[in-house]
Amino acid sequence: MPEGCIEVAAVMSGLLRIAYKLLVNDRAKFAALLVGITFAVFLMIEMTSLFSGILNRSSATVINIGADMWVMDPAVQTVANVIPLPDYILDEVRSIPGVKYAVPLYSGGALVKLHDGTYQSVSIIGLDDTSLFGRPALLAGDIRDIFAENAFLAVKDSEFRKLENPTLGTDFQINDHRGVFVGIAHVATSGLFGVPTLYTTYNRALQYLPNSRFTVSYVLVEPKTPSDIASIQRQVASMGYLALTKDEFIQRISNFYKYQTGIGTNILLMTVISFIVGLSISGQTFYTFILENLEKFGALKAIGAKSRELVLMILFQATFVALTGYGLGIGLCALMIWLAKLNIPDYAAIITFANLALALAMVVVIAAVSSYIGVRKVLTIEPFDIFRG
Amino acid sequence: MAQVAIQATGLNKWFGEGEARTHAVRDVSFEAYFGEMLYIVGPSGSGKTTLLSIISGILRPNSGNVKIEGTDVWNLPKDELADFRLHKIGFVFQDYHLFSRLTTAENVAIPLILRKVGWEEAMREAVGDLAVVGLKERAALAPVKLSGGEQQRVAIARAIVSRPDILILDEPTASLDGDTGRAIVSFVRKEVLTDRRCILIVTHDPRILDMANRILRMEDGRIAGAEKVAGREA
Repeated sequence: MPEGCIEVAAVMSGLLRIAYKLLVNDRAKFAALLVGITFAVFLMIEMTSLFSGILNRSSATVINIGADMWVMDPAVQTVANVIPLPDYILDEVRSIPGVKYAVPLYSGGALVKLHDGTYQSVSIIGLDDTSLFGRPALLAGDIRDIFAENAFLAVKDSEFRKLENPTLGTDFQINDHRGVFVGIAHVATSGLFGVPTLYTTYNRALQYLPNSRFTVSYVLVEPKTPSDIASIQRQVASMGYLALTKDEFIQRISNFYKYQTGIGTNILLMTVISFIVGLSISGQTFYTFILENLEKFGALKAIGAKSRELVLMILFQATFVALTGYGLGIGLCALMIWLAKLNIPDYAAIITFANLALALAMVVVIAAVSSYIGVRKVLTIEPFDIFRG
Repeated sequence: MAQVAIQATGLNKWFGEGEARTHAVRDVSFEAYFGEMLYIVGPSGSGKTTLLSIISGILRPNSGNVKIEGTDVWNLPKDELADFRLHKIGFVFQDYHLFSRLTTAENVAIPLILRKVGWEEAMREAVGDLAVVGLKERAALAPVKLSGGEQQRVAIARAIVSRPDILILDEPTASLDGDTGRAIVSFVRKEVLTDRRCILIVTHDPRILDMANRILRMEDGRIAGAEKVAGREA
């Protein structure tokens, strides 16, 4: 390292050490700053994680089935909001150049009568009989048994207990038909609406459940290559329907919940309020902290400290508090979500990198605003004021 | 003859404009020498503090110049002026301005840290200078745990830790009782004043005037008189 850089590093490390001690030795203010930022981060991440959890669950079927492309009616907004397609659409899609294969998917709801005589709403996924495309991983049972009479798979997720924790061979009634669990499955994501999910074959779903004239909920498409996606989408559009990639469909569902249900607005408001609370507490406390030390900073200027060195000290203090509070906030939020999930199986909250990045950006703004106020004060203090008393 | 440490020539400083203009320093010229303890005395509002600020490179005069060891202070760029103060001038402020959240040693070490001295070495030197002012045992304490006189000595240790040629004390006895005030100034005279150092003290405390080499009396921003103290000619 060049000698000049070593010298700068030496003075910076000494100054930053002074700045650190000034900050942490003022325990009351340091604690107030940390509590303010930690609380703000906790609330911001909690809110956005809840929203992420809701969005993730709202796209559960899309994620769990895992098809690259989905063909649907253009009016479909969420995966649960099924508008059945005519059967010929399946053949038309299969005939589009660039389509490797296309299969039908049934998605609907039903009432299951359990052994204790109670009814339980369930979500039914009917997989293509030939390929079983989109089948879940099995924890117990053999997938080939799904072709047996009355066969259904139960998904072991947070809703599983609502089916009275069935085992292989447990039977039930569905729309006056007998059903038997031949497999216990595992999926990546549980659904949003708190009902158990059952898988069966597409044809059995049609046989057991009441249907409208059109029966295909979605056509799942596997393009030959990624470059075929655009042409498939154009061809499907020319038929009057909509073909979306998996990510586009998830985004469409997210947009529906964000912009058309009020959930997004409410969560955004809560997040902004959390930000304002954090900004108020830490901004006010940091300002008081700077005010208390203002004369000392003026004395440092008189002694020979340069303005940029004092600014660096303040920025370091603000950054240190912000990052420490950020870490504590994340930890607290993760702990709370973990505790909540232990006691509330349906609790939908996911801490994503996007949540963390958003909270970090907001904490950086809090630190920037807080330190800006302090920096302005310190830059305007004149050493002459120190002599004047 | 002693070497000139400070040469102030034709200093003028006013605040405000028009009818609101207040002339704080009027055509002040004087010289201060190494090995000398020079007092600037006068009633409140006579311009002592303004003059002190101009001499120490903190407040720019409207006219005139200040040379410290031949360097025209007010011709230096801002950063160089800050460096000049850091290397050449030590300050003892009236209210000490010690950081209550730092230890005594850390307070004393601040000028060294600003001079890019490493932390450990700065602390060593700070404790050494606390020993000079008789407070080595208090190095790890916060300043608030010290008496007024002890805090004053900590401020003196901070002022001398970087071995400045010029030491400026602003009303050093204002917050102290008579005996402690005299003891502090006596200590400065005995332990801090050297042939290579010039000490400038602003005061209106008549009890310590006998310890000066020379006294400049200010009235209405002007130097109304200068006198040597018998037996203390530099």
